[in-house]
Amino acid sequence: MNTGESQLRTQPVVETRGLAKEFGRGDGLVRALDGVELEVAPGETLAVMGPSGCGKSTLLHLLGGLERPSDGEVSLGGRRIDQLSEKALARMRRHSVGFVFQAFHLMDELTALENVELPALLAGRSPHAARARATELLDRVGLTDRADHLPSALSGGQRQRVAIARALSNDPLVVLADEPTGNLDSAATLDVLRLLDSLRAAGQTLVIVTHEERVAATADRLITMRDGALVEETRLTRGSSGQLGDLVGLEG
Amino acid sequence: MTQEPVAVSNREEPSRRYQLRVVQEVLLALLAKEPAHGYQLRAQLQLALGPLAETMNAGHVYVTLGRLEKAGLVSSERVGQADRPDRKVYQLTDVGRARVTEWLDDTSWPKPAPAEFHLKLVATAAAGLRDPVRLVDAQRHALLAELAAAQRAALAEPDGSVAALLLEGVVLRLQADMRWLEACAAFWNTRKGES
Repeated sequence: MNTGESQLRTQPVVETRGLAKEFGRGDGLVRALDGVELEVAPGETLAVMGPSGCGKSTLLHLLGGLERPSDGEVSLGGRRIDQLSEKALARMRRHSVGFVFQAFHLMDELTALENVELPALLAGRSPHAARARATELLDRVGLTDRADHLPSALSGGQRQRVAIARALSNDPLVVLADEPTGNLDSAATLDVLRLLDSLRAAGQTLVIVTHEERVAATADRLITMRDGALVEETRLTRGSSGQLGDLVGLEG
Repeated sequence: MTQEPVAVSNREEPSRRYQLRVVQEVLLALLAKEPAHGYQLRAQLQLALGPLAETMNAGHVYVTLGRLEKAGLVSSERVGQADRPDRKVYQLTDVGRARVTEWLDDTSWPKPAPAEFHLKLVATAAAGLRDPVRLVDAQRHALLAELAAAQRAALAEPDGSVAALLLEGVVLRLQADMRWLEACAAFWNTRKGES
């Protein structure tokens, strides 16, 4: 049994218990999630893979409070969010979660910098503090020289890097990314996975739903889902260069 | 082959060493332009292999050069140094040069071996031992762990690294294998629905 102290130290950022989500009713009832037990440790990057319709996006929506479970519990930073009021849930999303979507979802009429500072302004930070934070984040994603560009003047990869900077605006407990490279070519995918890898190295807690192996390979841990349940789990951060020797044809 | 260790980094396991099957041919080709010392050849191999060079036995280059000399593919000459022991400078013989040409013209290629896993799935399904889709999932995770190791090593290489190109080859081959595993999962998933 854990002592109180070690429980405190290892308390997961994200935790679910018996998480279930159903859509429709009667004959049309679909069980999108069926009893998911999940914990994401502070600073951990978790990749979620699985065929389309396996429930991985639904899981992400429930973790970020975009949808409510039919049954079970979701906790963020040790606090239950599945029974919060709409208002409290919206507030929790603004302050504690950063979302990154496949289609970027940037505001077309705002510049890159304005897009990144928007969440901080909505969370009630001063315009000065929001601007300073956004400038710092654009630098971190390597887009300082694009700060005054509208999204339409940016490439797909640049837009997604702006969206990732925006997701970090309020120092979220967790960044939830749904197919972050789904709309990108392979060069832009590499840029985004380098950025995700640097976030991991900086200790940001991340959950990434992806079908792209290279993106999943940046994670500390990988889970595969099928039919609304977790079916396979692997820790990815303990490979040895000995294994690589086999792979490139250096023989033992 | 020794048993595959899990969760043990190479640093903790110095006994596991690799050698390059074609190291003879590589050394001969590297000598085709001009004579060189063993340590120069070793440095060139290390640059090409990056982090993977660590897994090569340090003395392997020198042992191989000795064998090549006995076989008449290279010859050597001792060169004196002011304050250090003499060094051997190796140069290619005509026989060695012919061997290099032969190697460059050879288009044989290491073959992937999907039959083994394919038959494992067929047998598992036929005997009702396990759900073949689960076997595919486990296999995909094993390949992804390898891809993760290769990708981390590639990301750690400096810009323009020639070793990063090798690691990119590992990543792309594993991606191709995983694409096939996806097709396996889709096939056996459909079969499950039919039975």
